[in-house]
Amino acid sequence: MSATEQTIQPAANIHPIDRLLRADRLPHILCAGCGIGTVIHGYANSIAASGIDENNHVCVSGIGCSGRAAGYVNVDSYHTTHGRALPFALGIAVHKPELNVTVISGDGDLTAIGGNHFIHAARRNVNLNVICINNFNYGMTGGQVGPTTPIGAKGTTAPFGAVERPFNLPYLAKATGAIFVARWTILHVREFHEALVRSMQKPGFCFIEILAPCPTSFGKSNKIGDGLHEVEIYRERCQVQNGAPHLNDFDIDLLDESKPIVVGNFVDVERDAFME
Amino acid sequence: MAASPAKNTSAPEAGTRVLTGDHFMLGDHACAEGAIAAGLDFFGGYPITPSTEIAERVARRLPALGGKFVQMEDELGSIAAIIGASAAGARSFTATSGPGFSLMMENIGLAAMMELPCVIADVQRASPSTGLPTMVGQSDILQARWGSHGDYGIIAYCPASPQECFDLTVRAFNDADRYRVPVFILMDEIVGHMTERVRIPEPEDLHLIGRKGPRHAPDAEPFLSFAPDEDMIPPIAHAGEGYRVHMTGLTHDERGYPAMTAEVHNSLVNRLVDKIRLNADDIAMYEEVDTEDADTIVVAFGCTARSARHAVAQARDEGLKCGLLRPITVWPFPETRIREIIEVGNVKRFIVPEVNLGQLRREIERLTHLPVKRLNHAGGAMPSPDEILELIRT
Amino acid sequence: MNSAATNYQVRFGGVGGQGIVLVARLLGIAASLFDGKEAVCTQSYGPEARGGAAKADVVISDDAVDYPFVTEADALAVLFQDAYTKFRPQMRPGGTLIVDADLVRLSDEETNAIVIPAIKIAEGLGSKIVANIVMLGCLVGSTGIVSRESVEEAIRSTVKEHVLDLDLKALDAGIKFAQGEAAA
Repeated sequence: MSATEQTIQPAANIHPIDRLLRADRLPHILCAGCGIGTVIHGYANSIAASGIDENNHVCVSGIGCSGRAAGYVNVDSYHTTHGRALPFALGIAVHKPELNVTVISGDGDLTAIGGNHFIHAARRNVNLNVICINNFNYGMTGGQVGPTTPIGAKGTTAPFGAVERPFNLPYLAKATGAIFVARWTILHVREFHEALVRSMQKPGFCFIEILAPCPTSFGKSNKIGDGLHEVEIYRERCQVQNGAPHLNDFDIDLLDESKPIVVGNFVDVERDAFME
Repeated sequence: MAASPAKNTSAPEAGTRVLTGDHFMLGDHACAEGAIAAGLDFFGGYPITPSTEIAERVARRLPALGGKFVQMEDELGSIAAIIGASAAGARSFTATSGPGFSLMMENIGLAAMMELPCVIADVQRASPSTGLPTMVGQSDILQARWGSHGDYGIIAYCPASPQECFDLTVRAFNDADRYRVPVFILMDEIVGHMTERVRIPEPEDLHLIGRKGPRHAPDAEPFLSFAPDEDMIPPIAHAGEGYRVHMTGLTHDERGYPAMTAEVHNSLVNRLVDKIRLNADDIAMYEEVDTEDADTIVVAFGCTARSARHAVAQARDEGLKCGLLRPITVWPFPETRIREIIEVGNVKRFIVPEVNLGQLRREIERLTHLPVKRLNHAGGAMPSPDEILELIRT
Repeated sequence: MNSAATNYQVRFGGVGGQGIVLVARLLGIAASLFDGKEAVCTQSYGPEARGGAAKADVVISDDAVDYPFVTEADALAVLFQDAYTKFRPQMRPGGTLIVDADLVRLSDEETNAIVIPAIKIAEGLGSKIVANIVMLGCLVGSTGIVSRESVEEAIRSTVKEHVLDLDLKALDAGIKFAQGEAAA
């Protein structure tokens, strides 16, 4: 088999960031209404806007739906094992400091099985841009609960509702040493883009949580009908509080209509990056 | 012995990669020096007895040479970091012992699947579990071969002296690059914690090879990260070289893209195994002592080979027709040579002493119907020369 | 265990911090890098190396040393009572026993030990930290297993500049003590 045989010929009007996507791999495997495609698009746009040589961008991902993101971006990209995207990325970033390494991960991958790597990479201030696509559950395997699932939300491994307190990821990232911390949703395309470009230009551990719908798994089990429905929730309940000092108060409960979802660029400080 | 430049300094000069000369050196340190001499760029590791002296030596030596030492949060992170560094072109290395080696297993499979070269030293201690941390074991032999899920090829060296800790670690880096596989240095606590003369050669006598890179410029045509040459090994492009590679632990096609079919999987996994299996005779190393007319052959590796060598020499003094075959690579196992010896017909039985309950013995039993006598210690001590001699005599 | 004809087994016994690993190493360097012999060093690891009776062993031979461990010490040098109690039974009958005069009380059956005030000698030279080197000197002087010149070379190539003179003096004092014992 040769590479060209499977290549889908692009249409005459090529999209401006087509070169940064692996168009020969489209259509992707993600569900209708999934938020991950928006993040991939945002990542590609941010690469183009970063002012950094495109050959110096590297994408590393772990396992899960978000793990597949690395397979659709046309930069050097590595789809690694469950939970280990961060240490793999550390190896690249430390060996070749001139590379701009972005980790695209999911909530389970990054903060359950990979939680130990997360706190230590933040503590070290490794020069990485870390995107956590938080869809509140394990989507690829069919909707099991994870460390960000709201209390009471249903999943296939919590059929009577989740009982554990979920992580507040920006709070965790700040506490463990991240120098840039943001939370946005896929509704906030422009804000996410700006936060990611800022991360790329900032040497050190930058963390962006981005809330994304998973209508097939999380939505279906929790009365959120489709992707649009969840984006409506973002629109109604999100409050922007840039530079917010009280991150510990900003837990998310997607199912509690009385609670705001606080988003914003929360932390932007300077600290020497790891080994630089 | 003729005195060549003897340095043996306990605080080696900063900035000298190859410490050419004679040293009186700990096995663990010799392993570290082998890695450094081989061009080590990146070490990610986690302290664990009895391998810690490797990390300590690297931590002291590597930064002044422009390499990077990172003490990771655990062995899961260590192995992932060295594979990542390898993806960016680093000659990368970690060192551990049984418990850490177990934790590394999943990503050893990733390195095999992504065909990213790396070297892992496992200084074996008495196991299972925490076992005897400061005492010897040789019981990770089968784990080294089969520890990660699935089928894949690897190479594993078993040094029997600090000198071999140096020499074989240099070889391991070359093999890792040549075959694009993880390569293990299966040391043991006795060899790692033994101090003996180590002669480090001139840099040009190390015969370092590099990785086989792309044969065309990045923009000329799409680069196929997993399109093998005739030798079954694909050229490799690293992060930042402009080739826009994609690598995944999923079953993948020649571009590195996921290809979720039984056919692609079958072809890929067969190649991962065959690139070592079909080159086994080139890779396999062994040492033979007095095997030619021997009716009894002792097969022993690592520290135990030292006891065996002594016992065989004493048995010869007593007029017994006895020889030693020492696998230097346990994987690939030097089975072609053992088949030849069996074919000649002089050998009537084998004796396999080892610090485990029969892991290497299985390999011999697989090759012959001749009697294979066992001499096992579960760990903490190795079979003594007298114990082996006693078996040779009976 | 090793051919008795060529192997010479030395054990240093002490407690963590006395520097017995260093002197074992120096003896190994002297033998294998400067005396044209083969030598292997092994030592205690783990808790016993820090608290209890610790050992550092050297096996020296004209040929390659296969089995690396001391099975029956030809020479035993001891700086600690527990180490004496623990390691004395593993000494070859008629082997060379050297003990510190103040740190080790010999059993009543002991007839042929070299009793050296290594700590006091070291203190006299300026620091008791070189008692280990005094013991090494005594061992070299009484057994002749390696040449004096080789041990001096080993020390010069290993220790830090600021302790070199003191170490060489300690070695000399140990050798002289052994020669005095031999003459007596």
